Amino acid sequence: MTPESTLAAIMLAALTLYALFGGADYGGGAWDLLASGPRGRAQRDLIAHAIGPVWEANHVWLILVVVILFTGFPPAFSAVMTNLHLPISLMLVGIVLRGSAFTFRAHDPSPGSERRWNHRFSIPSAITPVLLGSIVGAIATGRVEGPGGASAWLTPFPIAVGLLTLSLFAYLAAVYLTVEADDPALADDFRARAIAAWLASAALAAAVYGLARSEAPLIARGLDASPWGFPVRVATAVLAAAVLAALVGRRFVLARAGAMVQVALVILGCGLALNPYLVPPGRTIANSASPPITLKLMLGALGAGSIVLFPSLFCLWRVFKSRAIVRPKP
Amino acid sequence: MAARSQMAMSLAFHIIFAVIGVALPLMMIVAEAQWLRTGDRVYRVLARRWAKGAAILFAVGAVSGTVLSFELGLLWPGFMKFAGSIIGMPFSLEGFAFFTEAIFLGIYLYGWDRISPRAHWLAGLMVAVSGAASGWLVVLANAWMNTPVGFTMVDGHVTDVDPIRAMASPAGLAEALHMTLASYAATGLLAAGVHAYWLLRDKADAFHRRGLAIALAVGGVAAVLQPISGDYAAKVVARTQVAKLAAMEGQFQTGRRAPLRIGGIPDVKAGATRFAIEIPAVLSWMAYGDANAEVVGLDDIRPEDRPDVRVVHPAFQIMVGCGMAMMGVSLWGAWLAWRRRRVPDARWFLRAVLLTSPMGMIAIEAGWTVTEVGRQPWVIQGILRTSEAVTPVGGLWGSMLAYTGLYLFLGAVVVRLLLAQFRAGPSAEEMEAGS
Repeated sequence: MTPESTLAAIMLAALTLYALFGGADYGGGAWDLLASGPRGRAQRDLIAHAIGPVWEANHVWLILVVVILFTGFPPAFSAVMTNLHLPISLMLVGIVLRGSAFTFRAHDPSPGSERRWNHRFSIPSAITPVLLGSIVGAIATGRVEGPGGASAWLTPFPIAVGLLTLSLFAYLAAVYLTVEADDPALADDFRARAIAAWLASAALAAAVYGLARSEAPLIARGLDASPWGFPVRVATAVLAAAVLAALVGRRFVLARAGAMVQVALVILGCGLALNPYLVPPGRTIANSASPPITLKLMLGALGAGSIVLFPSLFCLWRVFKSRAIVRPKP
Repeated sequence: MAARSQMAMSLAFHIIFAVIGVALPLMMIVAEAQWLRTGDRVYRVLARRWAKGAAILFAVGAVSGTVLSFELGLLWPGFMKFAGSIIGMPFSLEGFAFFTEAIFLGIYLYGWDRISPRAHWLAGLMVAVSGAASGWLVVLANAWMNTPVGFTMVDGHVTDVDPIRAMASPAGLAEALHMTLASYAATGLLAAGVHAYWLLRDKADAFHRRGLAIALAVGGVAAVLQPISGDYAAKVVARTQVAKLAAMEGQFQTGRRAPLRIGGIPDVKAGATRFAIEIPAVLSWMAYGDANAEVVGLDDIRPEDRPDVRVVHPAFQIMVGCGMAMMGVSLWGAWLAWRRRRVPDARWFLRAVLLTSPMGMIAIEAGWTVTEVGRQPWVIQGILRTSEAVTPVGGLWGSMLAYTGLYLFLGAVVVRLLLAQFRAGPSAEEMEAGS
């Protein structure tokens, strides 16, 4: 593997981790918005409890993706940031509002403050993933650098990708929360939500897949051409069915593992489809890469950083998620 | 212009949070160490309150930092295309430092009763160390913009990239040291001011007495050391960025035995700085170690390469003035503490602390104005002009106003929440809570 494709693979991995962890935090926010029924309050508390210690660490994966992109592939970074200026700016506003409102809610002692902050946390939580997905979808259409590229994100394909992103994030969050809930009734609330999000994701995935043929032909062909395209698609479908069965059978720990692998496979599929492009049709991994010395140092820095990062993440999860990791199924 | 305003505003906002995020964890672990050492529970409450403050500020600092990392490309695609491969290194290392900080802050904040006190303190130490490291690394990237090295230009294209040399650019140590000390000085004295305010109302309050002592110790030491690092930083500027030095000092004519000007208003049309107190030859001596050294004036710099002296000179004066006041108050406090062997609580001293408490942040904002406006019209000194780096996207004033509104709103909420944290002394339940 060349240094630039290794770096691109690491970037995809970081994006996957952002989706699996950071994405679930957004999904949690979306469920906060939809908290209802006799246990609405308990649902909100569980979500806040699950997100509180970890969301900032989860958020850093996104920063890592951006840093790899601008260090390793500066022309691609500039192209994306110039042509998708508006949706990216809007997404940033969402990120700022979501994060600060969540923290303010936790630390604001004044009466009635919780209600006030709830919506400022949950509404951006639901909108930001749609924007994130539509940015990725717009890049996939191959139109962002052409005429009318600045509004490419407002066409059906990117919007469908955006909705799919939200739906997948909500799905992950609901599946995780079934494991983290102490009360079986609360776990069942999230089980129902997980199944609903599963169905929505399946429908949206079909829509994205159908639209891709006409709206993002380069990408659709890329997936067909990749030798891994078919096995990845089959594995995703098999896992999706298995997770649904596990959810129905209340085997939540199993469902969680399956859902994580399933979403990772979806993102891997997108990556395979996009390969060898970063911003199609003009910018590939090879033609926008930094000089080899930068790429090698970057890989070295990422390796050295991981030595600090992964043990630290392990500490974090040991302290806060240990019960959720080892707990037997209810 | 809109791009510059938006970047300046985002930076000005982020930097306050970043600075406190670097320094507050140090104060928090000093307080916790005092609790572990003495068993005095007031220290524990203090550490917890400061930690809550750190949590609020870190969250806003983290999201506003994210905005900045995107804004590099949203506003300056020309710069990133040019410089990404050269200065990406400090940013990627910073990413990991930031990761470490976020992880251990999570453990620290939510782990009071879940892990042993010693492990908890170590988590706090990790936060303090990684916070300082991430600030240091980001400033290294800025230093490179002032003193770009580690590449060769051939026909307008970059070759021979050496990211390691770029990270160790000539201004690197000077800027990073100056900024790190500034974080401790500004945060320490800002917190000292809050505690001094409450002590002026009730001198015997144990919570605020301890808070004042630690905040003064952290802020005071840094404030006293800061002029030394500032002198070093200025010498580096003198060696590498003559136009910036001339603008900082309001020096229009090139000459030997250049005077140090205190105050004064630069008059660009007349080519002189008026109403300043001038101390002959001191600038030549401070900048180059020789009273007879020649200092280049703005008149000898091509007009299209001159920074705006009307901004840079006053900003520099404000920074130095605030820094001197902070050092003065710190020395006064040290003298009082040494003579009376207790927390300095003389009323006049507390009033002085209250008065100087915002000065650190003012000095930081002024200092960034000096380094950024002083580099204009370049975004990378001598290599790339700001006008060549800016995004072609239109309608930036709208985005500038939207972000300004958002940040003003967040700033107001943060101030309200922080003041609420420190209004009251420890309640009985806080004293008993936990292990």
